[in-house]
Amino acid sequence: MFEPHISIEKLNVYYGEHHALKNITLDISEKMIVAIIGPSGCGKTTLLRSLNRMIDLVDGVRVSGKVLVDRVNIYENSVDITSIRKKIGLIAQTPNLLPMSIYDNIAYGPRIHGTKNRKELDQIVEKYLRASDLWNEVQGRLKEPASKLSTGQQQRLCLARALAVEPEVLLCDEPTSALDPISARRIEGQLLALKKYYTIIFVTHILRQAKRLSDYVVFLYLGELIEHGPAEDVLADPRELRTQAYVKGEIS
Amino acid sequence: MDKRKLEERFFKVLMIVSTLIVLGSLMAVLVVVVFKGAAAISLSMLTQTPRGGYYLGREGGILNAIVGSLYLAGGATILAYLISLPTALYLNEYALKSKLASFTRQSLDVLWSVPSIIYGSFGFTVMIYLGMRASLLGGIAALTLLELPIMIRAMDEVIRMIPHKLKEASYSLGATKLETTLDVTIRQALPGILTAILLAFGRAIGDAASVLFTAGYTDNIPASLFDPAASLPLAVFFQLGTPFPEVQQRAYASGVMLLVIVLSISIVSRVQTKRLMKYVIR
Repeated sequence: MFEPHISIEKLNVYYGEHHALKNITLDISEKMIVAIIGPSGCGKTTLLRSLNRMIDLVDGVRVSGKVLVDRVNIYENSVDITSIRKKIGLIAQTPNLLPMSIYDNIAYGPRIHGTKNRKELDQIVEKYLRASDLWNEVQGRLKEPASKLSTGQQQRLCLARALAVEPEVLLCDEPTSALDPISARRIEGQLLALKKYYTIIFVTHILRQAKRLSDYVVFLYLGELIEHGPAEDVLADPRELRTQAYVKGEIS
Repeated sequence: MDKRKLEERFFKVLMIVSTLIVLGSLMAVLVVVVFKGAAAISLSMLTQTPRGGYYLGREGGILNAIVGSLYLAGGATILAYLISLPTALYLNEYALKSKLASFTRQSLDVLWSVPSIIYGSFGFTVMIYLGMRASLLGGIAALTLLELPIMIRAMDEVIRMIPHKLKEASYSLGATKLETTLDVTIRQALPGILTAILLAFGRAIGDAASVLFTAGYTDNIPASLFDPAASLPLAVFFQLGTPFPEVQQRAYASGVMLLVIVLSISIVSRVQTKRLMKYVIR
């Protein structure tokens, strides 16, 4: 029986007067890569950020509707936001390092969630640096400031950092848009490899990237969910006119 | 020559001249004070308290004022720091854009420009009311009031400049507001926080008017918080006010001491800042 990992029900988001997401209802099943596509300003990032309540940090934001993760509504008052964000990690558009060493950037998350043992932390740091394919490059200089890394390495560090708190879901907001093509390909490779263990939802404005990575595609237009379905269907043979126009490059 | 090139050249010269005026006046102050005070600088000046007739040109030193100033400004800086950091963090992380925050900022800007003699006389009034006499504690309290607006506003500015995405990184890992504030905000702001402390310390150690009535003046080194305390600015003031040239020379020597203290603290903190800058995200 198909049991969705994330279930979005009648989600509406307002920034003040602006109605940014309109009545979104959508099920996302686990361990697949979902691409959210659409022209700029259509609410892709808003949708992504409503899934781990990072949207709460925006001034004057109002959210209605439900987002069920493992059948728990994360907008319920009784829910602990920090545990939601631990469970649902976020990779930002540009690498957002913490003002610390490479080691501490990764150890920060596990530390705040209670892992204090030095040996355990060492293991976590190594494990996730390997998982994000960065270990060989930084192995000997874990104490150096993270800001010394190249942008591509920084983004992989952010990936390792997000993984280190052992999330179930990874949200990626155009994770390769600030990177050179080679670094971008490495991140893409990482995401494909991680699909086995995580539900990955990413925003992109590059259709070919959506094609390369995703199993499932969600198309948003002006805050509305226009079409969603298996990647090959939506990208190759969209049903809706607006999706067709976007996929052909007529609207962007 | 065409007008735009002329403009370009004119304003460049203007900026260079302004910068030279700044550097020149700093140099002039240093040269005059050191030149006039150099002859009176001696080891005994640094190691002894005034003996009988010191202000008439006899034996002794100004150790009382050196130690007194360090106690006064040091104590006030520690106290002001303990109040300033939480306030600055509260203004930015918790009360951001609230009416309380903007009112607090406005009040601090007003307090910043309040002359130090006002803090001094205010402190004096309170002390009379409490039945306290001029003491190290009174001086520290007055100087803390003087330091607070400088320190809070300076910290406030650096904390406000911290990019939002840094905090976002912390929140997205499931950190609480407090964890984010203590582990990320403070770390990123550390060099600026140090500068704020230095700025406030410099203002406090150089101030004469606020300690005049509150800390008093004495030839002894204070042994407790309730003893009066001497200070370098007042040492300069009293010695310069005598009719004896050799005592006036000592006033300049005391001025040199004040400069040496401020400069050495500034250099040490600059080195420290460089070290702290290592992890800061730019």
